[in-house]
Amino acid sequence: MNLLPLIAQIQLIAEIQTVPRMYYILPLIVAVSFVYGATRHERLGPILGHSLRTAIWVTTFLGIILALIWLGGYWN
Amino acid sequence: MTIRTLARGSPDRFRLFSGSSCSGPQVAGHLHEIMTLLRYDHSEDGEITVELHDNRIAALLAWLWPGAGHFYQRRFAKGFLFMVCILGTFFVGLRIGSGRVVYASLESGDFRWQYFCQAAVGLPAMPALIQAAAVKNDGDPFWVLCERYPAKYRLGNELVEFSRIDNPAQEKVRGALKDGFMAPPAGPVLPENNDVLGMWHAETGNWFEIGTFYTVIAGLLNLLAIYDAFAGPVIFAKVQNRLDD
Repeated sequence: MNLLPLIAQIQLIAEIQTVPRMYYILPLIVAVSFVYGATRHERLGPILGHSLRTAIWVTTFLGIILALIWLGGYWN
Repeated sequence: MTIRTLARGSPDRFRLFSGSSCSGPQVAGHLHEIMTLLRYDHSEDGEITVELHDNRIAALLAWLWPGAGHFYQRRFAKGFLFMVCILGTFFVGLRIGSGRVVYASLESGDFRWQYFCQAAVGLPAMPALIQAAAVKNDGDPFWVLCERYPAKYRLGNELVEFSRIDNPAQEKVRGALKDGFMAPPAGPVLPENNDVLGMWHAETGNWFEIGTFYTVIAGLLNLLAIYDAFAGPVIFAKVQNRLDD
């Protein structure tokens, strides 16, 4: 059996896992903020402003949820 | 802020749509024709004119390919923004999930509800339907990623693990199950048994979930883009609701 493709795939997975999984939320926050801002405005300037505000809001909200879960870990 | 909703060359239609003298069905009947050209004056955007052309075609194009509806309306910047954000999210998710996280299945053990969200991305998610049709009645999928020995293979009292075969040309295996790009897991999916879906999760770990999440979010974002292609920025909807009232 040729194991090279399997090894290559395992290496790829290992490379992906060197990036902390939580960072994978960042591209999503960027994409969601831009799309949300773009559905509220027509020009690029206001879209960027709205996107920035949305990104801050979403990050804060997720940060609060993360903090609650983190604190919940101390409860038990 | 002031807003005007106009049909091209027919300002009277605005008065009709504003609801002063016509009933709901009449308004609905004229809605499509009225919402072709939108103008508004906003504190942040300044005076804006949005030409929606045929907004039903724009919405259809926006569904088929994120951003295409806006290109049709000549709203290139927004179309490009939607295309990059939505398709980028979708394809990154698909790559993270090794091409397996977007598939259509209505089987009792594997009801893939996530595909209803993923399908909102349009054409990029359509190969999943082709694959679902191909594997129906135990057929082989197109675009085979790898093959595995059959499920439920028992040796004595032990359940033998699936064996992954990445080069089927060298390994002639009869009756192997095939993983296809965007194809449902081959064989039955039963929670109490070893199955192909379980192998996917074992091989990709929680990247399967993260990839699924990315692709679902991409589909839901495209719903917003479709709405924008059909009706313009949300700010119009708020003012139109006020006019209706």
